[in-house]
Amino acid sequence: MSAEIVEKASPLTATGGLVINGLRLEVEISGHDIVDEVHLTVPGGQILGLVGESGSGKTTVGLAVLAHARRGVRIAGGQITCDGIDVLSLNAEEIRAIRGGHVAYVPQDPSSSLNPAIRIRSQLREVLDVHNFGGSDAARTARIAEMMGEVLLPSDDEFLDRYPHQLSGGQQQRVALAMSFACRPSVIVLDEPTTGLDVSTQAHVLQTVRSLAALHNVAALYITHDLAVVADLADDVAVMYAGRVVEHGPTHEIFSRPVHPYTRHLVAAAPDIGGEHAIRGLSGRAPAPGKRPQGCAFALRCELANEACRSAFPPVTTVGENHRVRCFRAAEIVHSADESAKTPSPSRGGPPVLRLENVNAGYQGNTVVHSVTFDIHQGECVALVGESGSGKTTLARAIGGLHHEWTGDIFLDNDSLANNARKRTNRQRMKMQYVFQNPYSSLNPRRSIGESVLRPLLMMGVNRADGEREVNRMLELVSLTASYAHQYPNQLSGGERQRVAIARALVCIPDVLVCDEITSALDVLVQAAIVELLGSLRKELGLSLLFVTHNLPLVRSIADTVAVMNKGSIVELGPTEAVIGSPQQEYTQRLISDTPSIEASRSGTAK
Amino acid sequence: MSSVEALAASVASQPAKRPASVLREALRLRRTQVGLAIMVLLMLLAVFGRYFAPFSQVEVVGDGLPNVRNVPGTLFGSDYFGSDVWSRFLYGGRPILIQAFFATLLGVGLGSFLGMLAAYRRGRFDEILMRSLDVLLSFPQLLLSLVVIAMFSPSALVVILTVGFTTMPRVARVVRGAALQVTERDFVAAADALGESRLRVLFSEILPNVSASLLVEANLRLTYSIGLIASLGFLGFTPDLSAASWGVMIQQNRSALTFQPWGVLLPVFAIALLTIGTGFFADGIGRTVAGIDRGKAEV
Amino acid sequence: MKFVVRRLLLGVATLFVVSLLIFVLTKAMRGDTATIVLGREATPEALKELRSDFGLDRPIITQYTSWIGGVVTGDLGKSFTTRAPVWAALSPRVSSSLFLLLCAGVVSIPLSLAVGSYAALHRDRRFDSWSSFVLLAVAALPEFIVGTFLVIVFATVVTKVLPATFYLSPDQPPWGNMKGIILPVVTLSISVLPYVARVTRAAVVEVLESDYVEMARLKGMPERTVLWRHALPNAIGPIFQVIALNLAYLAGGVIVVEWLFNYPGIGSALNDSVRARDLPVVQFLALSIAAVYIVTNLLADIGTVLATPRLRTRLT
Repeated sequence: MSAEIVEKASPLTATGGLVINGLRLEVEISGHDIVDEVHLTVPGGQILGLVGESGSGKTTVGLAVLAHARRGVRIAGGQITCDGIDVLSLNAEEIRAIRGGHVAYVPQDPSSSLNPAIRIRSQLREVLDVHNFGGSDAARTARIAEMMGEVLLPSDDEFLDRYPHQLSGGQQQRVALAMSFACRPSVIVLDEPTTGLDVSTQAHVLQTVRSLAALHNVAALYITHDLAVVADLADDVAVMYAGRVVEHGPTHEIFSRPVHPYTRHLVAAAPDIGGEHAIRGLSGRAPAPGKRPQGCAFALRCELANEACRSAFPPVTTVGENHRVRCFRAAEIVHSADESAKTPSPSRGGPPVLRLENVNAGYQGNTVVHSVTFDIHQGECVALVGESGSGKTTLARAIGGLHHEWTGDIFLDNDSLANNARKRTNRQRMKMQYVFQNPYSSLNPRRSIGESVLRPLLMMGVNRADGEREVNRMLELVSLTASYAHQYPNQLSGGERQRVAIARALVCIPDVLVCDEITSALDVLVQAAIVELLGSLRKELGLSLLFVTHNLPLVRSIADTVAVMNKGSIVELGPTEAVIGSPQQEYTQRLISDTPSIEASRSGTAK
Repeated sequence: MSSVEALAASVASQPAKRPASVLREALRLRRTQVGLAIMVLLMLLAVFGRYFAPFSQVEVVGDGLPNVRNVPGTLFGSDYFGSDVWSRFLYGGRPILIQAFFATLLGVGLGSFLGMLAAYRRGRFDEILMRSLDVLLSFPQLLLSLVVIAMFSPSALVVILTVGFTTMPRVARVVRGAALQVTERDFVAAADALGESRLRVLFSEILPNVSASLLVEANLRLTYSIGLIASLGFLGFTPDLSAASWGVMIQQNRSALTFQPWGVLLPVFAIALLTIGTGFFADGIGRTVAGIDRGKAEV
Repeated sequence: MKFVVRRLLLGVATLFVVSLLIFVLTKAMRGDTATIVLGREATPEALKELRSDFGLDRPIITQYTSWIGGVVTGDLGKSFTTRAPVWAALSPRVSSSLFLLLCAGVVSIPLSLAVGSYAALHRDRRFDSWSSFVLLAVAALPEFIVGTFLVIVFATVVTKVLPATFYLSPDQPPWGNMKGIILPVVTLSISVLPYVARVTRAAVVEVLESDYVEMARLKGMPERTVLWRHALPNAIGPIFQVIALNLAYLAGGVIVVEWLFNYPGIGSALNDSVRARDLPVVQFLALSIAAVYIVTNLLADIGTVLATPRLRTRLT
């Protein structure tokens, strides 16, 4: 750090930590705001969780801390001070000098952020070299070993000589952490560093972040969409919506006493391993840059919105110690405890509809699912939970007849099913329907919504006029309107598309719905809305569900029965409350203890 | 911005465009406009030019002397045979264009069917088909065309078949690549799970989603076919050496280039403009399909 | 190593099928081969002699095995027209063509890499848009149009600074006439430059947009290091592929370009032999041009694997 740069320290905030003041970023061509009026403060040694849905601008803010804007984006105003240095006033060479040294960044996806052509030793070494860390070669070599120790990775030559692809996802992320902490920065930005990691790996990474930040007195900005992670990790939380920070406060305050209607919805929608509440969703989506209204951007979806909300952007209201909200109605919102509706009670009464006996499945002779046996009764929801690679999706696809390489028996209404969906009878195909993970890929983009939903009916021999009536009825059943029939998938949001996919499945009047990670590509509010929808459909139609997911907290809000899968086998099977409340198997116990919980932070027992 | 949802949306929205809207969008790029203008102009010239020719294509003009620059009553003088250069030029575009059109139709039709089928069926069928196409791809298009045409006769039909068949593997490869991205998406699995017939999956699920790429490929292949057929003519492999054809004209008149350049200049510029026009047009569409430069002013 | 062996075997298998295809195609000629070669006035004795001389009266399978056996052992048989051994007649032409290819490669590859990378590094600036416009126009042009245009400009109508055709006395090597080789080399280079340059641009743009390049910048690496150490090494793989493809493309391009400039290589030999239906020569030339394609592709695949740690460490 050169003396020159330090001299540029702002007189106002010549303290440690990170201070962001009135930050604004725009689309370069149009000048539309991506992020505006962002004020954040992170004292040294503390972690601020920056929470928001996709498109809320949280990553944009994170990158701006390093004076970086992606292609087509411009930093248009505001001030960012890192440990006393006014970052945005530096020239290119000065910026280069503080990046990696003074302010560091941990990327979302280490598998694409580590250079595939460079050994990890060199990637670690170059950041030390370029900032002339320690002043000598020997110091830097020693630092590499020290860093690897801090992130609990081996520092022997064999390991350091590896290329990134020769490491596991968790190891890659820890290398990225080591790299960002290498020069002992005073500010660090972590951009969803645990997305795509399994919960146990996530728990390790979070533990590492926590101890490193505390150890080195670092101000950390932790960006995520996952409330539970922040609840577990952060000292303070800031919530972003449509490019604005709508609420900023101490973590336990935000979770126990959320004030902004958006935050309240977020908390209500977040599935929690420790909580018991049924999750509630919210339809609609955040307005994109250029389409944002004049007033509060959330007014469009807010049930409390009035004229004032629609005409002006709300100023900051302080509602508690360090707890600030941008909402006109903040004062009126009196916190009342969420009346926690109970999880739908188990309804394991009817006869079994779907029965699996000794099912093995694999690829080219490689078995990845080992003798799975369970059944689903009429009206029951069974959750199949497992980490990535556990074989849960292979099993689900085998049940749906989309994966053909399996042995054993799958009975639908006591009829044994063929391996390939094409070899099953039309009736069998209709009675069990499959809903896919990604609603962006499960609808033919060149076909209207109406045509997509109608198609199964036509195949059943229903005539067009009757079919179209039925399509409209189904669209209404999934809380869309008949007018959607004429639209195309690209005109719909992710949540709407998933509703259409569900409507397409329901139109066949199935007994069983196989839902393969159907909420994993959706934001949390939309996820909650879809889960709510499935719950009501079960009640109305007596549907049976096989709900495949990696999201253990979510299971609690939907399933009667849980089957926990590990390495291709079901390790624990039983009623949801029993399995999650008092798991018997070591694997399940570890899984549950590694899953971050909001409840703990509410009661102030986090960490 | 970098979340799963945004990513999924951007990936999924790519092959979703329909040809008509691609065309409309592509025509906002200047290169598409220029390309289309040149292309249409040259095509009109090639197809209808002969009705404005002052002489027939074999008629001898003036004193019957070959390669004379100033022959009274002609625009561009006489060629190696003593015929009117301008008239032969006006006659000479149609055969190239027609043969190229049908060859492209054949090559793109066959190639896209095979490519889609390979992407949908995967497995051994895909493997064997692609390996066989690799064999055909080992030959430069011109080499294979030359050998085949020499072995048979350079009739229009043989030229069309040869150029079409040598175009086919190249198209198949590209379309297979595009179709693979489509077949990996869940709506194809959904159709399979519903028990739709395979042919229907191919034509009503996959085809509409690769049609925009097909449009690009067809334009590109038309450009290359025009070039290839003109080259074959230039090498003398053409159905009728006395009939005017741009490629042949260049070959026939180039020995007199120093004192009567028109017999070469006219067809050289015509072929150049025609291929550049179709090339620009294809590129404009290609950029639109790939989503490059959307909403930006572009040269 | 296993990968290299498998890739080699695949190449050999492809070459084998290619040879079959060439053989079948050249046998598909309509009418009696001997009559076509010698003409209608040929005496029955001459026809008979040609047939037995060249084994045309033997079963087709035997003909193929003896041909392919000959190719493997280096005996390519005799030409129909000159009755001279094919290899002796063609070997100087093979080296002439290789020389032409080498020159074109040396000129076009570095140039197109430079143009492509420069355009990528200055994306959406003036050089990028104009080079893309010009390259696009040139990419569409058939080689003989490019060549003829160059002849018009440099050798006939406009100026006469360069020879329009390549002249060589019989025992002179092609590098004996460097002035004459300029136009053929430029023609070939112009024909391949757009492709290599465009792919290079795309490959470089892709790595520049990658997360790891952004990460390198966020680590405070100097721009020079970002470019030469983090970006470009990752673009080598795809560029290898396209260079190979274009060397192979050049091998096809020589057919027209040599004919246009009267350059004494295999391209003009192919033209002559195809016209004369000199099957042994056609077969050999077609096989060798296909072999060039297969071998360059093979080398590119191996090169890509070696240049990409992710592939290298997985496959060896």
